[in-house]
Amino acid sequence: MGCGMAQGGVSMEVSLPEDGFIVTKLDEVANWCRKNSLWPMAFATACCGIEVMATGASRHDIARFGAEAFRFSPRQCDLMIVAGRVVMKMLPVLQRIWMQMPEPKWCISMGACASSGGVFDTYAVVQGIDRFLPVDVYIPGCPPRPEQLIQAVLDLQEKVQRTGTYNAREFNKRTQPEGPRPLATELGMAEQMIAPANFRTTTRSWGELPMVNPLANREVGR
Amino acid sequence: MSETAQTTAEAKLFADPAVEVLASGVERALGVETGSLLRTSFRDNHRLNIEPGRVLQALAHLREAGMDMLIDLSGTDYLGYPEAEHRYGVSYILENTNSGTRIIVRTWADDPTPNLHSVFDIWRGSDWMEREVYDMLGIEFTGHPDLRRILLPDEFAGHPLRKDYPLRGLGERHHFVPLARDES
Repeated sequence: MGCGMAQGGVSMEVSLPEDGFIVTKLDEVANWCRKNSLWPMAFATACCGIEVMATGASRHDIARFGAEAFRFSPRQCDLMIVAGRVVMKMLPVLQRIWMQMPEPKWCISMGACASSGGVFDTYAVVQGIDRFLPVDVYIPGCPPRPEQLIQAVLDLQEKVQRTGTYNAREFNKRTQPEGPRPLATELGMAEQMIAPANFRTTTRSWGELPMVNPLANREVGR
Repeated sequence: MSETAQTTAEAKLFADPAVEVLASGVERALGVETGSLLRTSFRDNHRLNIEPGRVLQALAHLREAGMDMLIDLSGTDYLGYPEAEHRYGVSYILENTNSGTRIIVRTWADDPTPNLHSVFDIWRGSDWMEREVYDMLGIEFTGHPDLRRILLPDEFAGHPLRKDYPLRGLGERHHFVPLARDES
């Protein structure tokens, strides 16, 4: 069952007998296809967007990981990269764009601002998009290096392979937010009562989804 | 407005003759004594302080005197300034595009309903600037053709550049419906 195919994600060797076949689960094959063909939509609002551009350009070349097809229509994408701070005027737009993306879809929160508001602890800046949107992978940094974005895509590929799903059933057990905390800790009463009402909106779980070295040898299928 | 920084104590008149001609012309147009309007200078910024009731007439005169461009119109909240006599200051930066002469006209407004007359009829460019001052500081401009918020959403309550507005806002950044994965 299963056949050694991926060698460290770098070289791939397929050796089957003349009339051989592979038995696996359809979900595994679908996820394998999905993870190697992510279509990002860069929701770039600040300097992180410049790093996204660098990641897509030839030096870092995100095409090596199958995610080079940037589209700026959400209807053609399945990976939203929120790169930069999101203000309260922009958040309804962000939510609308997220809802316009077809399933299955994933979200990367890139940089300190998108993940927690960063240094912009002001009236207008949303203190972490994961309060109002599902986020799969957070990237620290201000702004993160392109290598970090690539690592996030690799992490997301791992997650897609393991849990790619339509209805988010793996998030149902979530009872607490798991995203980064805002930088400021001395929040007043008015702010403490506005934690996310639905903790399933945050999706990173170290318990259920252990980090796996994406460069380690592994088999497609089990 | 008390203006002490870098102000020469005896400077009743502007050192720059091109600007002093404008200032004394304003005083003649207003029918007041030459040198009676407070002048302050910092480097090459020359500021003429005029009370709100007369500022529209003074600005109209300056427009006739060749100040054909309104470079900027901005507001300041002086709440908590120990030497401030009025809460809000409003500055009009004017330029003569032929000679390059610049003069700054400053006036003020106060609570509870800070209000000035719009200069839209003098410089059309004041349209969005007055909207921004209204948006951020809540100073209303009578006679403005379309005094709406310009930067913040229409449903925003409050004026965030006021000094008594909390830095983290009044919850505007949190009043959204979270989207869960299974419902988006």
